[in-house]
Amino acid sequence: MTYEVPVAPGESADIEETTGSEREGWPLWEVFVRARRGISHVHIGSLHAADPESALQNARDVYTRRGEGVSVWVVPSEQVYAFEPEAAADYVEANEKVYRLATAYDIPDEVGQM
Amino acid sequence: MTTPEEKFQALIDAEEKVEPPDWMPEGYRKNLIRQIAQHAHSEIIGMQPEGNWISRAPTLHRKAILMAKVQDEAGHGLYLYSAAETLGVKRDEMQELLHQGKHKYSSIFNYPTLSWADMGAIGWLVDGAAITNQVMLTRCSYGPYARAMVRICKEESFHQRQGYEILIRLCQGTSEQKEMAQDALDRWWWPSLMMFGPHDSESTHTEQSMEWKIKRVSNDDLRQQFVDMTVPQAEYLGLEIPDPELRWNPERGHYDFGEIDWEEFWRVVKGNGPMNRERLEHKVRAWEEGTWVREAAAAHAAKKAARAA
Repeated sequence: MTYEVPVAPGESADIEETTGSEREGWPLWEVFVRARRGISHVHIGSLHAADPESALQNARDVYTRRGEGVSVWVVPSEQVYAFEPEAAADYVEANEKVYRLATAYDIPDEVGQM
Repeated sequence: MTTPEEKFQALIDAEEKVEPPDWMPEGYRKNLIRQIAQHAHSEIIGMQPEGNWISRAPTLHRKAILMAKVQDEAGHGLYLYSAAETLGVKRDEMQELLHQGKHKYSSIFNYPTLSWADMGAIGWLVDGAAITNQVMLTRCSYGPYARAMVRICKEESFHQRQGYEILIRLCQGTSEQKEMAQDALDRWWWPSLMMFGPHDSESTHTEQSMEWKIKRVSNDDLRQQFVDMTVPQAEYLGLEIPDPELRWNPERGHYDFGEIDWEEFWRVVKGNGPMNRERLEHKVRAWEEGTWVREAAAAHAAKKAARAA
């Protein structure tokens, strides 16, 4: 199926992505929800809102309508800094340092659980 | 040294997810924008046929359920717009492209909701068909779309069950109520089957979408799944599916069913269904009437930020 609309014969399959308008909408926020006490906040999605108060209100309405969380954070998306995958190549190589892992060491069975 | 194309293909082959900062072929990106935007628009326009019955729901309980469902549809639209935005399109721009008729939404919402039984039929059939599709999409190769689908599927289950329950009650009621339920099934059955799109042999997007693992099951296979699942449910209600060719085929292990009226299908896709014009006009009006709210909120935020500075 789909909610995808079929392309009628003779119609272009290309979809327009912009109206060319310069107008900026409300800023984007990233939403983090703590599902229950004892665990960390987890990224759950994003939304648009004019200010932090309405971002929090919208986050509650959009992401926690069925008790999915006991606490919500919103963070302006432009304040999130991240490794780009290319720059992170050396970071991934950390996996090669197996001596950092507990499983890299043989302990005789006689010693028991360690 | 692996090329970005090889890296991308390796992710797809390994059943891993492609995530927003990853390199992706332009065709993959465009295909996703098209599909996710149309899906988002469908959720938003889909609020109208049911919104039509909020003020006329038969009990306060049914009214509360219907409002919760329509609110969910708005939420689904928002999850999906967010997913589309990770591909570099803006939400407000998607809205405007929809208003200008340059973006489309599912044809199913271009049919009118004439009786209360339609609220039952929509939940049972339209949301049922949507679930069949969306469960598949939780395995889509693009991470943000797949994640949005997981949330949506959980909520759609409520939608389908509440719809079916409406029909159970009507079918247990007076003969007029049961006729109402039958009439709703008569009108919604074929449009629901049309939701799965053209035959695989006619579908322009299917092959590439399957290769990229955006789509995991073909239109015809999903349609068959839906029919097989739905026929016994209609039998339980004691309603008759309006298809004289519908019968169990023991050799195939599936129900055989009749051919869709493809002329009607394309007529509605091309904008000439019973409600196309009204749905879009209503959407544009709501957006225009909300302009002052968007502007006031932005002005208020700017004033507060200036005071804090």
